[in-house]
Amino acid sequence: MTGTNHKIRIESLNVNIDGQHILKNIDLTIPGREITCVIGPSGCGKSTFLKSLNRMHDENPDVNVSGSIFVDNQDIYDRNINVIDIRKKMGLLAQHPCPLPMSVFDNVAYGPRIHSLDSKKEISKTVEHYLRLAGLWDEVKDKLHSSAAPLSLGQQQRLCLARGLATEPEYILGDEATSSLDPISTKKIEQLFVTLKEEYTIILVTHILRQARRLADYIVFMYLGEIIEAGPADEFFNNPKQQLTKDYIAGSFS
Amino acid sequence: MKKAEENIFKVFMIIAALIIIGLLLFILGTIILKGVPALSWNMITKLPGGGFYLGREGGVLNAIVGSLYVIAGAVAISIVISLPLVMYINFYLPHKSPLAGIVRFSFDILLGVPSIVYGAFGFALMIFLGMRASLAGGIITVAMLITPIMMRSFDEATKLMPRDLPDSLLSLGSTKYEMIKVIMRQLMPGFVTAALLATGRGIGDAATVLFTAGYTDNLPGSLSQPAATLPLSIFFQLGSPVAEVQNRAYASALILTFLILILSFAARYFSSKFSRNRL
Repeated sequence: MTGTNHKIRIESLNVNIDGQHILKNIDLTIPGREITCVIGPSGCGKSTFLKSLNRMHDENPDVNVSGSIFVDNQDIYDRNINVIDIRKKMGLLAQHPCPLPMSVFDNVAYGPRIHSLDSKKEISKTVEHYLRLAGLWDEVKDKLHSSAAPLSLGQQQRLCLARGLATEPEYILGDEATSSLDPISTKKIEQLFVTLKEEYTIILVTHILRQARRLADYIVFMYLGEIIEAGPADEFFNNPKQQLTKDYIAGSFS
Repeated sequence: MKKAEENIFKVFMIIAALIIIGLLLFILGTIILKGVPALSWNMITKLPGGGFYLGREGGVLNAIVGSLYVIAGAVAISIVISLPLVMYINFYLPHKSPLAGIVRFSFDILLGVPSIVYGAFGFALMIFLGMRASLAGGIITVAMLITPIMMRSFDEATKLMPRDLPDSLLSLGSTKYEMIKVIMRQLMPGFVTAALLATGRGIGDAATVLFTAGYTDNLPGSLSQPAATLPLSIFFQLGSPVAEVQNRAYASALILTFLILILSFAARYFSSKFSRNRL
């Protein structure tokens, strides 16, 4: 974890997919070491926004991204930046857990191995550390070397979180990370996020308003590719400024 | 009325299934009934001696070894071409790339080319290169025959992969190459199936090897020497006027069938070891 001025500053970000203007002139500053929830109705560009933060749009030539995203004062769309470094720095927890076709142990060890973070001796300590952090250690310690596929969805998602954290990111991006989980697993993941915000900057996309209320320190409300309102969670929920925000919080549309 | 519809359709489905199973049993039955009596230890351990095709002692070891050499070489070449190609069009080219479409379309057409055409083409190529009928010629020509099957089956297996997997790997900061190494574990069973399909097609084909690998009663000692193959051996034995030799042809067919069976089991066994952690 480097520096204290962890934050993300976005300047006139525009994203076009197949000629459709999905994100329109996004200007935003995301505070460091807090949980920021990006909310808004389906199709408002939340996921597209998240993907631009770890440059996953690079994989799709139909997507055109313009503007700047400064992470720790470094523009991640700068030509001299290595995209691998960006993705290592911005850990992503996807909507559906997707374990790798390997053992539980190798799943968590994957990131440290490809980025040569640990020596061979240290790696089992690392794996244990992150599995404990993700609250999965007790459930899998006896089957570390069997496949990750038979784990329950909730366990798989925590495994994916452990795997992402083992890669030593500084930011955690969650793309509706609990939407395919049962309530108990959801609660576990949410509690983890709250613990993790001491060290990481967390950005969660969610369409569940109550989840945003539970977790968020900072809220970004998007609608049809634009940011309608962004601010500290208290202010946002108790004293919204825009009519659209008031309607959304009141549940007039979702 | 709906019930009748349902029943009629069911009957058709069952008949279709029975026809396929019946056909297989009929072919296997013929080979076994005619082949087993002619099958002997000599058949698989001896070379055909003089007058073998007229009823004298001997075996088809030349063809067994030749077929294994030809198919091993052809499958190896075919994998070396197909695998990188499939990875390239699936993971490096953009999703709707015209080049990927052209490649797939080309292979679909090559799939329909009769094996005798590959044989003739291979032969022409060999003449151009100044080669004689040889193991190398057979390997190259059979590789041409089976690469479209291999490539298209690899391709279909790859398309069935969970789409989240490449994205998760990339978002962990994998390079494309590191990503493909992991994806290979997931895809291995599909690849083995593809390789087996290609092997079965290649090892049983006579027309491709007729002009290119040639035929010999001896074991091929080098790539430039001719090599016998089981399909041609069966063909020559069936052409014999002696009934006993004709029965040996069925025994040879039985040997060919068993070879494919053994290869299948071995390949499945190793692939399940390799990919026991599949999703």
